[in-house]
Amino acid sequence: MTADSIGQTSGAANSDSRFAHKPTRHIGERIIEAILFAVSMTAVAVTVGIVGILLVESASFFEQVSMIDFLTDTQWTIMFADKHYGVLPLLAGTLVTSTVALLFAVPVGTIAAVYLSEFASVRVRETVKPTLELLAGVPTVVYGYFALLMVTPALQWFMPDLPGFNMLGPGLVIGVMIIPYITSMAEDAMRSVPMQMREGSYAMGATRLQTSMRVVVPAATSGIVAAYILGISRAFGETMVVAVAAGQQPNFTWDPTEPGATITAFIVQVALGDLPHGSLEYQSIFAVGLVLVLMTLFFNVLGHMARMRFREVY
Amino acid sequence: MVEKSTMDMSIRVEHKESSTEARALASLKAEAKALDFWYGENQALKSINMRIDEFRVTALIGPSGCGKSTYLRCFNRMHDLQDNTRYGGAILFQPDGVNILDRSVDPIEVRMRIGMVFQKPNPFPKSIFENVAYGLRVRGQNNRTEIADRVEQALREASIWDEVRERLDDMAFNLSGGQQQRLCIARALATEPELLLFDEPTSALDPNATANIEDLIHRLKEKVTILIVTHNMQQAARVSDYTAFMYLGELVEFGATRGVFTNPAKKQTEDYITGRYG
Amino acid sequence: MHDTQAIRQLVLRGRRRDAIFAIIGLICMMIGILTLAFLLAGLIQDGAHRLNWSFFQNFPSRRAEQAGILSAMVGSSLVMLITAATAIPFGIGAGIYLEEYARRSWVTNLIEVNVTNLAGVPSIIYGLLALSLFVYALDFGQSILSAGLTLALMILPVIIVSTREAIRAIPVSIREAAYGVGATRWQLVRDHILPYSAGGILTGVIIGLARAIGETAPIITIGALTFIAFLPASPITAEFPFISFEWLESPFTVMPIQMFNWLSRPQAAFQENAAAAGLVLVVMTLVMNGTAIWLRIRFRKRIKW
Repeated sequence: MTADSIGQTSGAANSDSRFAHKPTRHIGERIIEAILFAVSMTAVAVTVGIVGILLVESASFFEQVSMIDFLTDTQWTIMFADKHYGVLPLLAGTLVTSTVALLFAVPVGTIAAVYLSEFASVRVRETVKPTLELLAGVPTVVYGYFALLMVTPALQWFMPDLPGFNMLGPGLVIGVMIIPYITSMAEDAMRSVPMQMREGSYAMGATRLQTSMRVVVPAATSGIVAAYILGISRAFGETMVVAVAAGQQPNFTWDPTEPGATITAFIVQVALGDLPHGSLEYQSIFAVGLVLVLMTLFFNVLGHMARMRFREVY
Repeated sequence: MVEKSTMDMSIRVEHKESSTEARALASLKAEAKALDFWYGENQALKSINMRIDEFRVTALIGPSGCGKSTYLRCFNRMHDLQDNTRYGGAILFQPDGVNILDRSVDPIEVRMRIGMVFQKPNPFPKSIFENVAYGLRVRGQNNRTEIADRVEQALREASIWDEVRERLDDMAFNLSGGQQQRLCIARALATEPELLLFDEPTSALDPNATANIEDLIHRLKEKVTILIVTHNMQQAARVSDYTAFMYLGELVEFGATRGVFTNPAKKQTEDYITGRYG
Repeated sequence: MHDTQAIRQLVLRGRRRDAIFAIIGLICMMIGILTLAFLLAGLIQDGAHRLNWSFFQNFPSRRAEQAGILSAMVGSSLVMLITAATAIPFGIGAGIYLEEYARRSWVTNLIEVNVTNLAGVPSIIYGLLALSLFVYALDFGQSILSAGLTLALMILPVIIVSTREAIRAIPVSIREAAYGVGATRWQLVRDHILPYSAGGILTGVIIGLARAIGETAPIITIGALTFIAFLPASPITAEFPFISFEWLESPFTVMPIQMFNWLSRPQAAFQENAAAAGLVLVVMTLVMNGTAIWLRIRFRKRIKW
């Protein structure tokens, strides 16, 4: 029952002023609604903006650099005299750091989520969940400090040949950074598995671990996959940790003990220097930005399809 | 008093052995002795004494909130899953004569010998086959042929084998409500429990499915002792050998079903049965 | 299986596995917390001694001992001002529209899908958008205004989502009651929805701003300079009209960038400065996030529908 119809339903024979709506009030409501609508469309505008500029600038870039070179050249030396435009080194950098991060964060985050959801007492859960949120709020540049000055030296204690700039340290730190996201989302998914399902398992004589792993986790697959996808997106998009601690040399390698540069770190590096508007260097950051967005989009879609497949039926 | 005579007739048809001799021959499977139970400060069960005879169906009836489900769940220590609950007294389980409520008894052990079927069917998010096999796997059984045999046997006992034999790998969720509940019964049967607890198993089902399951219970009792909670008095009359009437956490009356329904000893029982209160 | 001995063995083994997993789970849960503890310890050890009054009052300098974060702090504050002034009305407005006004239509779906998507876009992409749009196309230049708007776009999804959740918690009966006495939709929002959801909205705003303060990548991308040894012109002037907007166009730096700059220099003295700046940043974000969480808990307890 909207405000408009209230006047109409009581529309007695009385055409007297009392039940007529004030035209100004009516217009006022419409204007407010229009304003709020326009404001909401900013979300759409931002997406359009992002897609637009990435495509436009990348188009200019690809007028000067062939797509084949871009995708196959194993060197990215765009800032030097001998210019190579292969995106593979940057892609490798992003993939290596993200893989290290996920190899660490996925098991740790999932086990922590299972523990929080199925084993821990309510009090522990109420204390730990906010702490995880606090963890997620630490600025990324501070994590960069952590990677460069604390994690790498610690790793060098085990691996004396590890260079000061490498992808292993930042990778692990990125892992720590995304653990709160994975744990939080996975735990939410597990908590929403109905108690009746657990009771069914316990009534069969199953232990807590058996119930968690054989019943709860499979039932929560959809939400857990969503948590992993979020982790992947975060790992791909992480910038400062790598910029600070991985060295900024694009390096086409799959070895995490070497230094390297990710797509994001490259953008930062270029932005720190001189960036004449319209130059090839300027356009290159949009081209690699496009690659990054496509990668994130790919995994988001994959995740969406996986979630649809594992839809909870209860 | 038309009601009484219809019940009379159905009981006469269903239960052939109703003499006290038959009752004396039945051995004891479990016995509640001065059983108390507390949710926090609130005492939900008060000093219940009850025999559960082997290979018989014992029904628990009573108005909402009388504690029948609470009582049922004591038998497989389900209350252990919640904080702030406390048992008092004992439930002696035969042939061991052990008090299964005792702290030193591991609830998991209890649940491996006593099975439960819930009010709302709760199959796991697995295939039909894996649902039934779950209990076996949890017990460390890994032999594929063994498992397949036991699964088929359980599904037959639950009268659902013919309907699912062609699609054992289908997700259990795709079954109808009645089929899911029979699946849950098969699941409980696969591990050959000594006592099977039914918590209002047909309250979420349509009349056809209900009739199916009542038939099933009637057949199952030859192999398993059954304790069933039901809010439906007619079901209790149709299905059980003994009936216990509970009210506000106490056992008011207990006896052979026919006797309880045709000639209740307590006025409270009579009032409930004749529908004076629900 | 009626073999009680076998059952007992099985159960014991199961219990043991439960216990082992519980320990592993506890460790995994603590990894994050332990990391935070180590991090803080490291920052304090390296940088705490640099935290004296002069640190907060000095500009960055080639001489590490004399460097301070004054320009960075002022820069951060001014940027936050713009961000808050933009993101809050837009975010809350969009949240209100989606919850109270929007009917189910393809447009509404489009908006919602976009909000969800934008929440997952890496922050540096916002920097690219801002570079192209604010810095060049709209010619705001590499200024505080551009930076503020960039961060506003970035935290918009956070504010929209938390506004929606806060509004959703209000039961339908309140709306029915208001309409029942003849209120218009806007009156309902102004007099009932906003006041009751204020707590949840505030929480989201604080979390969003805390994220914005710590963001480096998008700001670097739009060209914040890392060595700023002056302050932007003050917003308050001594003469009429007493408010100046010069500062909007000024070059600037922010705290995370200052820390990044110091971190990039090899000299140990600068690393100490970086640690000190990091300490300030971490304390600030912890306090802000902690306040938001505390507020959320308090509001949840107070209002019992």
